[in-house]
Amino acid sequence: MASLDDLKKRISSVKSTQKITKAMKMVAAAKLRRAQESAERGRPYSQKMNNIILNLSSGISDKENAPKLLSGTGEDKVHLCLVLTADRGLCGGFNSNIIKKAKSYFKKLSDSGKILKIITVGSKGYDQLKRAYKDNIIENISFKESKNANYFDADKVGKILIQKFEQKEFDVCTIFYNQFKNVITQIPQEQQIIPLKINEEEKSSEENYEFEPDEDEILGNLLPKNISTQIFKAMLENSASEQGSRMSAMDNATRNAGEMVDKLTIQYNRSRQAAITKELIEIISGAESL
Amino acid sequence: MSENFNIEIVNPERSFLSKENVSEVVVPAFEGEIGILKDHIPIISFLKPGIIKVFIGSDVENYYVDDGIVEFKDNSLSILTSSIFNLKDIDKNRINNSISEAENELSKDEIDDQKRFILNHKIEVLKSISSN
Repeated sequence: MASLDDLKKRISSVKSTQKITKAMKMVAAAKLRRAQESAERGRPYSQKMNNIILNLSSGISDKENAPKLLSGTGEDKVHLCLVLTADRGLCGGFNSNIIKKAKSYFKKLSDSGKILKIITVGSKGYDQLKRAYKDNIIENISFKESKNANYFDADKVGKILIQKFEQKEFDVCTIFYNQFKNVITQIPQEQQIIPLKINEEEKSSEENYEFEPDEDEILGNLLPKNISTQIFKAMLENSASEQGSRMSAMDNATRNAGEMVDKLTIQYNRSRQAAITKELIEIISGAESL
Repeated sequence: MSENFNIEIVNPERSFLSKENVSEVVVPAFEGEIGILKDHIPIISFLKPGIIKVFIGSDVENYYVDDGIVEFKDNSLSILTSSIFNLKDIDKNRINNSISEAENELSKDEIDDQKRFILNHKIEVLKSISSN
């Protein structure tokens, strides 16, 4: 059985861990509010962008010569996967959930004989994927310096993608991220961004627009922007999810530490009492024998 | 009947401006400036670097944009742009920075004609802002 001193040391170490997790929870809660706000503020842009593209693509005259970003290269061989994760750990299942989702997708791809290329954003994703998929990872991007998700970073990623697409390095691009639902629930998502998947049901407005210049040119200008916008949206959702996930993970950790302290304290008290009793018995039996 | 309509300018980070009592908006569309009044037919166009003028009553507000998309439908105008700022609180240093950036870009060889045109135009607009 552990000595009294050992128990005392353990209790104090659990207590200081609890202090850390508690502080992390508070920080995450504050950051979460900000991340959530910016995710909400960013929504109108991507929604409007989506609407305009819907209207444009339904009005496009020449489907054959539509921009490649919309219609695809006509092939379905090389898949590029953009895996968005956090740069930090200690956020529950946040990173592993994305990786799990991505891995199952990778497996599906390799089973059907497709070529897989991976770009990771965020160092945690790279760490987890590099063991199994080292040869597939073509780039690892990290935005450790920037505090919040910003459009400038997303645009950089978008430009890399478009450049690679124009050099015909891949045919289909899918992004993986966590969608923020609430603090406890984040849903890992896979979303195909190149070629753009258009939801047929949403195609409702039959408005006749005047286009200046023509549809094709506007689409050509708009689609690259849309890629960056989608990535930015994913980054915003991701950062809100990360903070939410960290907050609940740290909340659990704090609670568990509390339970552990209670248990250890009881154990400590018992063994202290046992030692006292033992000493008493020794004294009494010593006195009796005299 | 009022002659006003709605305008909403959004950038990726937030909704930049949202007004419901605009009488006229002039946007620097790709093929020249367009003035938009109430009941304009639905239009989609994209922007080149220039100044958006928003008329509210007798006031005019000026905004500089780098690029963007404009959509007008059902008397509401949406402008999507990644870079916009109000001319009132613009910083001279920032303009000069953008000018030299654009000039740098222009000196590279591999840019195509369209890009060259846009960059030239951007420099022109920025210079005219900074000289005012």
